[in-house]
Amino acid sequence: MASIEIKGISKQYAGRTILSDLSLELQDGECFTLLGPSGCGKTVLLRLIAGFEAPDSGRILIGGDVVADAASGEMLPPDKRSLGMVFQDYAVWPHMTVFDNVAYPLKLAGIAADELKRRALRIIDLVGLAHLDQRLPSQLSGGQQQRVALARALVSEPQILLLDEPLNNLDANLREEMRFEIKALQQKTGVTILYVTHDQEIALGIADRLAVMDEHGRLRQIGTPEEVYEHPVDDFVFRFLGIANFLPVRREADVLHVGNSSERWTGLPPDKPGNILTAGFRPSDVVLSRQGEGLPGTIRRASFLGAQFDYLIEIAGTLIRAALPSHECVARDLLFSEGDSCRISLATVQWFEGQIVAADKV
Amino acid sequence: MNTRTQSRFGTPELLFMLSVGVLIVVVAFPMLLIFFNAFWVDGHFNVADVVRVLQRKETYEALLNSLILSGGVTVTGTIVGTFFAWLVTRTDLPFKKTMKLLFLVPFMLPAFIGALAWKMLLSPRAGYINRLFMDVLGFDGPLFDIYSYAGIILVETMYLFPFVFIQVSGALERMDPTLEESARISGADLFTITRKITIPLVLPSILSGALLIMLYSMAHFGTVAVLGVETGIYNIPVLIYEKIHQSAGSFDSIRTATVLATVLVLTAALIMWMQNRVLAKGKYQIIAGKSFRPTELKLRGLRIPMLILCIVYIGLTIVLPTVTIFLVGGLKTYGLSFTLENLTWANYNHILFEWDLTRDSIWNSISLGLASALITMFAGVIISYVIVKMKVRGKGFLEFLGMLPFSVPGSVIALGVILAWSGKFGINIYNTVWIILVAYIARYMAFSLKANSAALEQVHDSLVEAARASGASMAQALRDVVVPLVRPGMVAAFFLIFLPALRELTVSVLLYGPTTRTIGVAIYTLNEDGETVYSAALAGIALIIIVLGEVLIKRLVTQKNGA
Repeated sequence: MASIEIKGISKQYAGRTILSDLSLELQDGECFTLLGPSGCGKTVLLRLIAGFEAPDSGRILIGGDVVADAASGEMLPPDKRSLGMVFQDYAVWPHMTVFDNVAYPLKLAGIAADELKRRALRIIDLVGLAHLDQRLPSQLSGGQQQRVALARALVSEPQILLLDEPLNNLDANLREEMRFEIKALQQKTGVTILYVTHDQEIALGIADRLAVMDEHGRLRQIGTPEEVYEHPVDDFVFRFLGIANFLPVRREADVLHVGNSSERWTGLPPDKPGNILTAGFRPSDVVLSRQGEGLPGTIRRASFLGAQFDYLIEIAGTLIRAALPSHECVARDLLFSEGDSCRISLATVQWFEGQIVAADKV
Repeated sequence: MNTRTQSRFGTPELLFMLSVGVLIVVVAFPMLLIFFNAFWVDGHFNVADVVRVLQRKETYEALLNSLILSGGVTVTGTIVGTFFAWLVTRTDLPFKKTMKLLFLVPFMLPAFIGALAWKMLLSPRAGYINRLFMDVLGFDGPLFDIYSYAGIILVETMYLFPFVFIQVSGALERMDPTLEESARISGADLFTITRKITIPLVLPSILSGALLIMLYSMAHFGTVAVLGVETGIYNIPVLIYEKIHQSAGSFDSIRTATVLATVLVLTAALIMWMQNRVLAKGKYQIIAGKSFRPTELKLRGLRIPMLILCIVYIGLTIVLPTVTIFLVGGLKTYGLSFTLENLTWANYNHILFEWDLTRDSIWNSISLGLASALITMFAGVIISYVIVKMKVRGKGFLEFLGMLPFSVPGSVIALGVILAWSGKFGINIYNTVWIILVAYIARYMAFSLKANSAALEQVHDSLVEAARASGASMAQALRDVVVPLVRPGMVAAFFLIFLPALRELTVSVLLYGPTTRTIGVAIYTLNEDGETVYSAALAGIALIIIVLGEVLIKRLVTQKNGA
C-alpha cells in the first residue's frame, strides 16, 4: 500500500550513536524483516518510521511523502502516518474490552457506528478471537492479547504495519501459528510490513526480503531469505542465521590442511584466495561415516534429541557440531558413543578469508 | 514522545516550569523563609544569636520534652505494636482477623480527641475514673494523673502504635516459615529461633515503624497541648504555637519560632534519613513478596487470657474514649454523672444547627478538605506526569521539592506560610481561609505525588504510543488511555488528603482567624475555654464524619479491586 524510504538516517542517544547514515527501501506491499541482535538499534529504526523519534539527520518517506526530514525539521506526528503498530509488550489497553481496543482506531477515524462494529468484529474474527470481544485483556492469555494488538493494528487498514518482536512472548506452537497468520493477512490486505526481530527462524519464514543488522546498527546484507541464507556476505550474517561451525584451513604450497595439523583437507576446494581461510558450515551439512573418505574426528558428546542426534566432534583440535536425522543414524549404523572415531565430509561449505574465532558455544 | 520539541521550548518544558513554579511558591519559598528568619538578623548571618535562643530555658525545655515524649512513645509504641503484631500473625489467638482490623482503628481516630477523652477520664481532680476511685472507693488521691509525662506518652502510644503494628505484622506474614522450620530441624528451641532467626529478620520493619512513630510524635501538637497545659509540659510544636499566638507576632517570638522550626526540620530529616537507611539495609530476600502460611505458636492455656488482653486493650483504647466523648457531649453540665436525666440532645442540636462557631468550623473543614484535596489531586497528577513520563532535565529537583513536605512537620509548614503570606511580599491572606488552604496544599502535596506517581508508573509508554499509532493525538491519548488508567490513583490521592484534612489541627491552629476555625481548632479552643461539653459534642460529630468517610473509601477501594 505504501513504500518506505529511509535516506541517510542517523540517530544518537545520550551521545551514543545508535544509527549512522542508514539507508533502506521497502517496496509497496512487501513483508520486510529486520533481523539483528538485541540492542542493535532495530527498534529505534522502527520508532523513527513510526514517528516516536525524530532523526538527527536524514529523511524518511512513506508512500513518496516526506514524513521526517532532519534538515528542514519537518516531522509528521505518529497519528498522521497511517500506521498500524504492534509493540513488543502488546500495549493492549487494560481498561478497554477486546472490542473497544480494536475499535479505537476506527472511532478516532470517525467511522459510523454500524460500519465500525462490522469492521471491528470482522477483524476480531480474522485473528481468531470471535466471541471473546467483550473480554477484558486481563482475562486473556498472552497469545490472545497478542492477537488483539494485531487486530488493532490492522483494523483501520493502514498503509504500513510495524511489528516489534510481536511473537516473542508466545510459546513455540502459537508463534508458528501467528507467523502464518501475519503472512496470510498481509497477502489478503496487501499491507507493507516491517517486522523487527532477533529470531532468525521467524525472519526467514515470514520475510519476502530481509536485512541483517549488526550490533553497531549497520546493515550487513539485504536480500531474499534464500539469498541471505545460502550466500551470506560475511561470517556475522552466517553466524546470525543459525548454528555455525567454523573450521580453520591453511594453504601451504597449494595443499590444504586443517588447522595447525598436518591433516589434509578433503572437502570441496575453497572459492576464495588467500592462505588463511575458514570453512563455515551448518550442523546439518555434516555427513558422517564410520570409515572411509573424509576428515578424521572423535566424538566428544552424543545427545539424542528425538528426531535427530546431536554430536559434538573434535577435528584437529576444533570442536564442531553435527546434526543427523535419527532414522538415518539407525539405518546407517551411525549411533556413536563418546570417544568413538569417525569420518566427516561436508555437503556445502561457506568459505571465509582469514581466521574466525567461533564465538558460539558448542 | 515527540522528541523534536525537546530541543526547543515545548510543552514538556512549559509543564516542567509550571510544576517547579507551583512547588517553589507553595513549598520551597515558605521553607526558605524559615531558615532565613532563623539565621539572618538585621541583615547579617548570625549563628551566635541562634545559639542564644536555644540556650533560653523555655527553648531547651521544649527540646528536652520533645525528646523525652517522643522517645518514650517510640519505646512503648514499638513494644505494644510488635507484641500485638506477633500475636495476630504467629499464634492461634481466636478471632485473629477481626483483632487485626480492630488494632488498625486507632489510626482513624485523631489523637487529640483521644487526649480530650482521657482528660475527662483521668484528669487528677475532675476525671471520671479518678473521681470514682476517690469518691466511691475511698482512695486518698487520684488513681492516675494524665497531666504528666507518663500520661501523655500513654495516650500517644494508643494512637501511634499502629505504625509499628502494620509494618511488623506485614513482615511476619511475608516471612518464609521454612527459615524457622529449618532452624527447628537443626535442633533449636522456640526461644532460640525467635531470638536468632525471627527477631533479626523483622528488625528492619520494627525499626522503620519505630522511626515513623518518633517522626510523628516529634511533630505532634494536639495531645501535648491538651494534656500538658495544666502542668506546663510543652514540646516544640506547642511552644511554636504559643510563640505565634500569645506574643502578638513580635519579631523576637517569630524568630524563636523559626529557630525551633529549624530544629524540628533537622530532626525530622535525620529521622527520615535513618529510616531510609534501615529500609535499604533491611531488604533481605528472605522476606519475599509472596504470602506464606506461617507456623503458628500454640498458646494453649494462654489462648483465652491473651484474647481477653486484646479485648481489654481495645475496649480501653477505642471503646472507652469514644463512648466518653459521646456521653460527655450529651451532658447538661460537665462534671455531672452519666445518668439519663443528665443527658440531652440539646448540645448536639446547638453545635450543629444553632451556634455559628461550630457550624462554621464543620463547614470550613469540609470545604477546606474538598478544596485542598481537589487542587492537590490535579496538581499532583500533572507534576507526577512530568516526573514519571517526561524527559526533561532537572526532574530530580522537582521530585525533591514535591516530597519535601513529607518529612516537614505541620507546625513548620504553618509557620512558613505565615512568614510568606502575611503581607511581607505583597500578599496578605493571614486570618483568611486561604492561608489554611495554601498550607494544606503544601502539607498534602507529597501524598498526592506518591499516589499519582505509583499509578502513572503502571501506565507504560507503549500504551500511549499504541494510541498515537492508532491515530490519536496526544490530547486524545491522554484522555482515552492515561486518564482512565490513573483515575484510581487520583481517587486514592483525593481521600488520602480529604480525610486527614478533615481532622487537621496542627496546621490550622497556627493559622485560624476569628471566622476560620476548622473542626480541630474549634474542638481544641472550646476545650481551652472550658466549654468541655460542647467540645466533646463536636468531637463526637467529627468522629462520625471521619468514620463515615473511612467506610466510604473502603467501599470505593474494594469495588475498584473487585472489577
